[in-house]
Amino acid sequence: MDLATALGKLKAYPYANLFWQDDAGMPLSVALEGFSVDVENARVSLPVPGGEAVRVPSDRAVGLISGHIRRQPGIGYDERRYVELWGRAHVDGGRILFEPTEAWGWDEAELPFMEYSERGVEQAFRYFGGLSARFGHAMRPRLQIGWLLFRATRLPFLSATLVPVLLGIAVAARQGTFDPLLAVLTVVGAAAVHLGLNVSNDVFDDVLGADRLNYTPTPYSGGSRVIQYGLLTRREMALLSATFYGLAIAIGLVLVAMTRSLELLAIGVLGVIVSLGYTAPPLKLVYRGLGEFAVALGFGPLMLVGAYVVQTGHVALEPVIASIPVALLVALILYVNEIPDRPADEAAGKRTLVVRFSPEIVRAGYLAAAAIAFAVIVVGVVAGVLPWPTLLALAAVPLAVQVYRGIGQTSYAYGLMSVMATNIKLHVVVGALLVVGYLAAIAATALGLAASL
Amino acid sequence: MALLPAPVIELLDAALVADLTVIGRDGRPLTHPLIPFWDGERILMTSSALFSRKVEHIRRDPRVAVSVVDHDGLTTPLPGRATIQGMARIVEDDPHVTWERVLPLWRAKEPVIDRFLKMRFALPLFFERAIIEVTPTRSLYWPDGDATKTPLDAVVEVA
Repeated sequence: MDLATALGKLKAYPYANLFWQDDAGMPLSVALEGFSVDVENARVSLPVPGGEAVRVPSDRAVGLISGHIRRQPGIGYDERRYVELWGRAHVDGGRILFEPTEAWGWDEAELPFMEYSERGVEQAFRYFGGLSARFGHAMRPRLQIGWLLFRATRLPFLSATLVPVLLGIAVAARQGTFDPLLAVLTVVGAAAVHLGLNVSNDVFDDVLGADRLNYTPTPYSGGSRVIQYGLLTRREMALLSATFYGLAIAIGLVLVAMTRSLELLAIGVLGVIVSLGYTAPPLKLVYRGLGEFAVALGFGPLMLVGAYVVQTGHVALEPVIASIPVALLVALILYVNEIPDRPADEAAGKRTLVVRFSPEIVRAGYLAAAAIAFAVIVVGVVAGVLPWPTLLALAAVPLAVQVYRGIGQTSYAYGLMSVMATNIKLHVVVGALLVVGYLAAIAATALGLAASL
Repeated sequence: MALLPAPVIELLDAALVADLTVIGRDGRPLTHPLIPFWDGERILMTSSALFSRKVEHIRRDPRVAVSVVDHDGLTTPLPGRATIQGMARIVEDDPHVTWERVLPLWRAKEPVIDRFLKMRFALPLFFERAIIEVTPTRSLYWPDGDATKTPLDAVVEVA
């Protein structure tokens, strides 16, 4: 913080707390009111404290701090801010004249607590390093194992897998094919590959530096941060990712063996390649502006058509069409989540679409992709490919409008959090309504209400 | 047991924020606003690993001062102001749990801390903390908060 800013802020506070080391070497402080600030000449004039015990020295460093909190009875406090200056002081004309040379401070309205904390991560590492040296064994931050796995795998993002897989199963079921065992294995296998992807994404983002440079992570962006926080090592995360991929591949092979479908084998192999290549060299798809494409492909056609093929043994047009809106909306999750990551991604050479294009083009791109997602549903129904109850998904249009408006208002991570949450909700709601549409069509056919919905 | 004057204890009990002054690496004093607690013998404060530079300073030089000066930061209105000098000790056997012994005092002043603690997975490093234990040696007290008047200067007795 520069001196002029700090002095300007000091003016707003009701007291100034002067501090120094007394003659015995002990820190000492005294709070004074009735001070005046001369910003232009970088001076603060204060009344002289009473008594020899608090005589302000002129031969050593003197600091001054003032701050503010707002009491919130029954809760605690908020509106934290303070400013601290450091320099020399002397008595001049019956007043203390304090001449600061350095200043620092914090105002949570300007630097939110989450970002302020994020900027302290390096200090936390130094702290644990020192602690480990003193205690003679490695010490690091901890979390309960359940919470650690929840955080490391970014478990809530599994909705991105459940939507296409359940929809693929529903499309097959409408055609009269449903095997519950295959359905369960599909869900578990797809979830495993997704969790493997989430974890490997953190590993490679750490290697390539993108997550370390990000000071504004949110629950939706900036990675799980378990490596950056020292909760797990990169090696442990790599092992965790390999475990998930191992499980996914094993389940995939079982499904291929059970269905004897070469198409499923091809989808599985492509899925693992896209998933790993999302962040991992040499593909590094997300670093080349192909992240949205990879996510759309993986969490759209590959998962949805894959789940359909597991049930039916063959590829068809209907699941491909049904996968398009899901693919576009899941890609838009990544797209919007990349908006607050733009500075860190740019610094790490991660050329995402958001980094490549201006904010205006990014916003227009959102509108276009969301509009196409809904248009495909309508066209699919009109063309007789999708059952008409899937039009229920159009009820989610207002959510897309909310997100479009939201990304036009701010690009700041914490300001965008509710927008990112709404965007994830949009994908889940559209996916759920498409599944409900299929279930309604299945029920109607079963009840003989319609020959073919 | 270190005995502080009753009005100073009353201020410490009411304060949501106090200024902790420590001696920095280059010998200059540095001040950090923190929430203070009085356990009947010592002033307790905690520091997250994220903002632990003050802990390093105290480990190097344990001389500190704690001042309660912000009238807006008191849970009950009190006119006085106080500065307490003392010697600090860092307690950090296990930064994940040791600090939790301060939790009952913390909860009484800032009930919302329980809500944050439930979200520990979201702020894991914030809840890796060291305790700063200050044994008072001297207190200066300004009954009406006006420091242009001579303070009541008390050397803290050890019972």
